[in-house]
Amino acid sequence: MFDYNFHWRPVMKSLPDLLEAGLLTLQVAALSMVIGIVIGIVLALIRMHMRGPLYWIATSWVELARNTPALFQLFFFGFGLGAFGLHLSPFLIVLAGLSFNCAGYLAENFRGGFQAVPDTQLRAARSLGMTAWQAYTRIVIPQVFRIVYHPLTNQLVWAVLMSSLGMLVGFRELSGETQFFASRTFRIFEYFAVTAVIYYVIVKFILGVSRLLAMRLFRY
Amino acid sequence: MIEIRGLEKYFGALQVLKGIDLDVEKGEVLSVIGASGSGKSTLLYCINGLEPIQKGTVLVDGTDVHAKTTDINKLRQKLGMVFQQWNSFPHLTALENVALAPKIVKGKAKSEARDIAEKQLRHVGLGDKLNVYPNNLSGGQQQRLAIARALAMEPEYMLFDEATSALDPELVGEVLDTMRLLAEEGMTMICVTHEMGFARDVSDRVAYFHQGVMDEIGPPDQIFGDAKSENTRKFLANVR
Amino acid sequence: MQETISFFSGFTPNDLWFLGEAALRTLWISALSISIGTVLGCAFGWMLYEGKLAATLTLAPVLDVFRSVPLIIQLVLFYNFAPIVGLDLDPFGSGVVILTIYTSALVANVARGGIEAVERPMRRAARSLGMSYWQDMRYVVLPIGGRAVFPAWVGVALGVMKDSALVSVLGYVELLKASQILITRTQEPFLILTIAGAFYFALSFPISRYAAKLEKRWAQ
Repeated sequence: MFDYNFHWRPVMKSLPDLLEAGLLTLQVAALSMVIGIVIGIVLALIRMHMRGPLYWIATSWVELARNTPALFQLFFFGFGLGAFGLHLSPFLIVLAGLSFNCAGYLAENFRGGFQAVPDTQLRAARSLGMTAWQAYTRIVIPQVFRIVYHPLTNQLVWAVLMSSLGMLVGFRELSGETQFFASRTFRIFEYFAVTAVIYYVIVKFILGVSRLLAMRLFRY
Repeated sequence: MIEIRGLEKYFGALQVLKGIDLDVEKGEVLSVIGASGSGKSTLLYCINGLEPIQKGTVLVDGTDVHAKTTDINKLRQKLGMVFQQWNSFPHLTALENVALAPKIVKGKAKSEARDIAEKQLRHVGLGDKLNVYPNNLSGGQQQRLAIARALAMEPEYMLFDEATSALDPELVGEVLDTMRLLAEEGMTMICVTHEMGFARDVSDRVAYFHQGVMDEIGPPDQIFGDAKSENTRKFLANVR
Repeated sequence: MQETISFFSGFTPNDLWFLGEAALRTLWISALSISIGTVLGCAFGWMLYEGKLAATLTLAPVLDVFRSVPLIIQLVLFYNFAPIVGLDLDPFGSGVVILTIYTSALVANVARGGIEAVERPMRRAARSLGMSYWQDMRYVVLPIGGRAVFPAWVGVALGVMKDSALVSVLGYVELLKASQILITRTQEPFLILTIAGAFYFALSFPISRYAAKLEKRWAQ
């Protein structure tokens, strides 16, 4: 046992590259969250207020995102679309896959959030002469945002963890970059151990910032 | 002046208002009483266009509330409304609750909106609660906050939809006092209420609603002392 | 007619059999990991609830690591770590170990939540009737708390089932890996991915629907 010699030096030498890739991970996760939030709200509103084809499209989106593996979704945007002659870059594959997934999960969170704000809030806002748009953006959505704040934070953490699948479609985010270095140096364990630490730090960082932000945002 | 002619309102197949004719003059305080389900709250929602109507007209200062060409958001600025569930906006402080609509609906400057809000909160006796969030206010305080919020739009009419019936008994008084104050200041008010004492003492006229019909309307002395309608007498005998 | 045949030319009935076998492997590795992981997770959850200092100081942060590092990294790390400490594990073995621990880390939180969901007065009432600690656990906490978190547990289990797709990275030929192999050979990405996706969906969708229904019924 333990006749294996650990070599940390090559990992340390490529640490700057890994950290930069970690930044890319954070970026693609954050970007897919932004897209996911916008689409998620739209999907939630469609499912709450509409019938017909739009309802079925939105519902299929939500159920597919939630009931198939994220890796499957990535593969679909990767080579599934290739069947139609559509070839996305690795970055776009990951972005599309993550956004699709986030939108599906967040749609359900937002639906719950919208349903938790009583209709009477909307009525009260309209009775003051606010337009429907004003009532939604000033009264309803801020309250929904508070309700979905923690699910949103969790989803962002998920997006970071999920983005590691990028290494399976050739995207050089943190995991992809790690694999690239590991396969060149055969120091697989060392590289992935350091990467695990970086992920851990990223996740803790997100949770910490989220908590601080919550203290500032929600004083009621 | 509010003029209601032949107003009919359905929820699905259920007719809740069966042809209401009613005029409310400027400066008048009208109390609307009746059993729950008599359509009296719906009447208020039809007056400020929160519910569509199926027949008849509602004119506020000559403007048809339900006409497609009417700018309903502009018209609603004239019609303050206070709900049974006070509906304070939980994510805003008392001051922000009141200042929001003047700012975004009337386009007032931030500082001016704050001044208006502060003035109205003092008006309803919440001058010491400016920066408090609603969930730290009692039900009575939240209802007064709702009144201040409506007043901040400088409405010409105030509609009260059972403003005290969701409150704990010991909190009813402070809200009624505020409403009384408004009446004394000459505000035109339509109050759907279960508070017979308020209806008798404060209103100029009292209307009794029964199953979607305005059964009787008249001065409080007549309604409470010498009601013409059998329904009214029965109702009053039961609530007293 | 001719065209239909040529469209499916790359894909033979044998391949369907191949996919079916892989699907069974997905089921097998998931079932194994979920059942062991659940038992382990309940034990962990109980330890965390009892809140003995040792458990809070050691167990909580360790479990936290498994929730904060991407599963794919955990898999690669463990697969390469096992030989270092002299363990001879094939991809399946490594996959089961990591999926089990991963499941237990998620279930631990669910289980603790379940115990916490049973209100103190109810438990005091049970104890006042002369029930022992374990009788209280068995006859009061388990049925009531279990109901409260059953839907959450279903969510975890389905998540692990979908995440088992990641064991493919170690070379274990479960459903998604099998699809990938077939896609490379037949060049029918859309068809094959649709079949694979349909399998996951057919498993996950009814179960999650059923859990949601139960949750609604129990909430009444």
